[in-house]
Amino acid sequence: MTPFKPVLLEAVGVADGHTLASYRSRGGYAPLERLLREKQPAEVVEMVKSSGLRGRGGAGFSTGLKWTFLPKDHPGPIYLCVNADESEPGTFNNRILMEDDPHQVIEGTIISSFATRATTAYIYLRYEYPHSWNRLQAALDECYAAGLLGKNILGSGFSLDIYLHRGAAAYICGEETGLIESLEGKRAWPRIKPPFPAIEGVFKKPTVVNNIETMACVAQIARRGVDWFKSIGVPADPNNPRDPGSYGPKLYCLSGHVEKPGCYEAPLGITLRELVDHFGGGVWKGRRAKAAIPGGISMGLFTEAEFDTPLDFAGPGKVGCLGLGTAAVVVIDDQTSIVDFLHNSCRFFAHESCGQCTPCREGTSWSLRMLERIKAGKGRLKDLDLLLELGNTMGMMPGSTICGLADGAAWPIKNAINKFRGEFEDTIKRTNPEGWMVTDPVPALQIVGAH
Amino acid sequence: MPVVIVDGQEIEIGADERLNCIEAARRAGREIPHYCWHAGLTVVASCRMCLIETGQRDAATGKVTMVPKLVPGCQTPVRDGTVIVTESEKVKESRARVEEALLIDHPIDCPICDKAGECLLQDYHFEHGQAERRADIHPFTSRKRDVGPTVTLFVDRCIMCTRCVRFTREVSGTGELMVTSRGAKEEIDVFPGFPLDNKLAGNVVDLCPVGALGDKDFLYQQRVWFLKREANVCGGCSAGCSIHTEHNQDTVYRLKPRENPHVNRWWICDDGRYGWHHLHDDARILAAGRRLAPVGQTGRHAGNGQAAAAFQPVEWADVVTGLRADLARAGHLAVAVSPMLTVEEAWMLCAVARSIDPQAYLALGHVPVVGDDETFPGGFTIRAEKCPNRRGVEEVLAVYGAGGHGWDDLLAQVASGTVAAAWITAAYPPPAGDAADQHRADPAVSWIDEATAATFAGLQTLVVQDLFESPLSEVATWRLPAAGFAERAGTWINVAHHAQTFRQAIRPPAGVWPEGRLFWNMLGRRGLHDPVAVRRQLAESSATFAALAGDVPATGVDLRVRQLA
Repeated sequence: MTPFKPVLLEAVGVADGHTLASYRSRGGYAPLERLLREKQPAEVVEMVKSSGLRGRGGAGFSTGLKWTFLPKDHPGPIYLCVNADESEPGTFNNRILMEDDPHQVIEGTIISSFATRATTAYIYLRYEYPHSWNRLQAALDECYAAGLLGKNILGSGFSLDIYLHRGAAAYICGEETGLIESLEGKRAWPRIKPPFPAIEGVFKKPTVVNNIETMACVAQIARRGVDWFKSIGVPADPNNPRDPGSYGPKLYCLSGHVEKPGCYEAPLGITLRELVDHFGGGVWKGRRAKAAIPGGISMGLFTEAEFDTPLDFAGPGKVGCLGLGTAAVVVIDDQTSIVDFLHNSCRFFAHESCGQCTPCREGTSWSLRMLERIKAGKGRLKDLDLLLELGNTMGMMPGSTICGLADGAAWPIKNAINKFRGEFEDTIKRTNPEGWMVTDPVPALQIVGAH
Repeated sequence: MPVVIVDGQEIEIGADERLNCIEAARRAGREIPHYCWHAGLTVVASCRMCLIETGQRDAATGKVTMVPKLVPGCQTPVRDGTVIVTESEKVKESRARVEEALLIDHPIDCPICDKAGECLLQDYHFEHGQAERRADIHPFTSRKRDVGPTVTLFVDRCIMCTRCVRFTREVSGTGELMVTSRGAKEEIDVFPGFPLDNKLAGNVVDLCPVGALGDKDFLYQQRVWFLKREANVCGGCSAGCSIHTEHNQDTVYRLKPRENPHVNRWWICDDGRYGWHHLHDDARILAAGRRLAPVGQTGRHAGNGQAAAAFQPVEWADVVTGLRADLARAGHLAVAVSPMLTVEEAWMLCAVARSIDPQAYLALGHVPVVGDDETFPGGFTIRAEKCPNRRGVEEVLAVYGAGGHGWDDLLAQVASGTVAAAWITAAYPPPAGDAADQHRADPAVSWIDEATAATFAGLQTLVVQDLFESPLSEVATWRLPAAGFAERAGTWINVAHHAQTFRQAIRPPAGVWPEGRLFWNMLGRRGLHDPVAVRRQLAESSATFAALAGDVPATGVDLRVRQLA
């Protein structure tokens, strides 16, 4: 693969790289100053839109297009929420950005606020990131002191306040409307849409929710230009008019059974195998890989044979996964049981389901209990069909839930059973030699004795 | 007019109507099952029971484009050309799965659950569920939790529709209830030290589609399938909330709100909800009695510190004749027309009084007032005026040229000595106590104090018609029982001039004639007491009541609107 010099991660390893002085020495905040002086918000929106930047939070929606959904000539206030509730298992790219280069994120946030005419921005930070909290807060303080935040930034007439808000550790707060509810001080139950946040978001005002890495990309687009950004990644498929392409650098989080886990920057479109071999130093202990999570646990599973799939926004979908997600790759070696993997996945989603929609609340918990029974040696083959049915029917895509958490819970179930059914059947037969074939209905329930 | 197509059937809706799919389907006679949606609360679309298929018919080509995935009927507004499919295989499967999911952790303790028989989980499972249980899970606990003085939460029966939580936030504005924990472990709860204790708390029990929230007052008292319900009106205050009186064998077991967009929408207050226990109170006056008074020099009795003689029971037939004779003999008559009486009763009472003494002084009886009107954030108001028919009685008095006469005027008349006889209709229920034990309110706490009662001490004849003994009983010559609100039939007119007609829900206790029956007989009318006939007659003879001539709809009529029209 062609060598690639990290851009988003350029501060990593730089002494005091997280400070304002260091960021400025790398060219930081100069683009902001130029932009505030020379451009109108609409031009900035157009710039981001033409760069083809797609949201890095997981869904991959065009960032510039999202900004255009805000109502025109709104009297305000308009809010920008930066989603730093990075809770997808395997994902830690936002943390690296916030800890090692917070000013890059803040510059992107200021530019995005200018573009969307937001005068208040919130950074919703995951509770478990105390170091990010300290670094971001210190960086914000530096910005206020340097006139980069507050009233009349750099004499441009544009004012912005950024508040750092710390969540209370729940996966669902990363869902954009769950985040909004939580920010408002409520239980993070995702909202029904419409209205979408661009029309009615935080405090019933138009709101944009973007990921931390998206903000960093905005800062880099402002610094290096649209053409630079579009020169990286995978261009749009000319045969598919609905494919907007996957442009720009991407932070891949590599973990699991590899020799060198870490957060690596590469152009979008790198294959999973390249990532594991080139950056990760191969599968650990000289073993072979069995599977890998392509972009956070909720995206599903690659089998080893699918490792050559490019990790761009369109790639994982071609092998039955949900999408690129957060580009967090977790490699599973050949000595790990997929049953154990799925049990772990189900446990996570049963724990994190917000409990609002019936199919997700009960479905995630039911699937966990089925996996627990299988692991306890009481599994039956018919359980696999039941698990598949659950996987196929819960989520936003079949329309049975409000948010995508259930889709995220369903994809590992579907992928694991469809792609590794043999292993499941073997495990069930081996651990439950007496009862694996039972298809009798569940006996009637006993009545509660004591009341 | 916009046209909506429900399962192939075209229905028209109003041009300005904002309906969701559930409401539109209901117009077409199709019931879309739902738990979390309630017309009086915000939409959360979380139970997912109302998932349906929808589409849009192109106005020009007539071509229907369906939405590929299922959508919640509660959250989806209809407009011209909306296509709703409520019975496709996809929809049915989805409903069966939601039912199955809800039952995974449900204790299914129907035999000991008070909700059995009126439980949506039961009904929907029977209609939409699947016969076979696939979840090999035996969850069983049936935990109880005390969430407030009137409500018990059966934690494991809950299906997390959050109607109750939304009610306390949006309608009562008290916000006591909340959801704790997450996922399948989540539960409804209150914050420690902040119980569900507000004057609308009982409504959460009505809202609960399953047996999770139980009304302590009703818990284990009666199986719901034994109950009969009668559309009634609450007599607790001048709001006149529409209710259902639910009873069995002439015993009331509970009151439930009856939806009425003009009056109470879907709610009633706890004062009204538990304000029926006095009907079955042992202390009620259950027989007509006449005091054979010790005749003193003045020909008057009592009021002189002597113990009054006991009341002698009188047969009702003798009351009808004896009362008229006594009053006629006494001379100038003053009548207090209680605001607890129906319009029909008040009208007949006035007629009776004027037939005895053409100059009879007619006045509105005592109007109990407690505190101030109390309006909740959701718009529901509990009125300070604790009687249901002040407006109605005032209008009847106006018909008799006695408009504006109040209780104080009557007291002044009596005190001035120009009156020889008085007829006080009362029928006041005991005042509501604390929310916790209001149904055990002390009937001895009376609507009238000793000093006021003493005003009547000098009269030759004093007729008192009441539910309970009061200081007036001490000075009465006739003590007649009164009927409670559920034992009455007729029309009440509330604070907003909204008239509601209702029938008798239960029979009064043996020995008690409702006031109307006595008046009917004293007027010499033949046959059984017929409030409807009285109402028609009243409506024909008075422009004020003209709107009551025909059949009155269940939600009542606004008298002022009809007058304007």
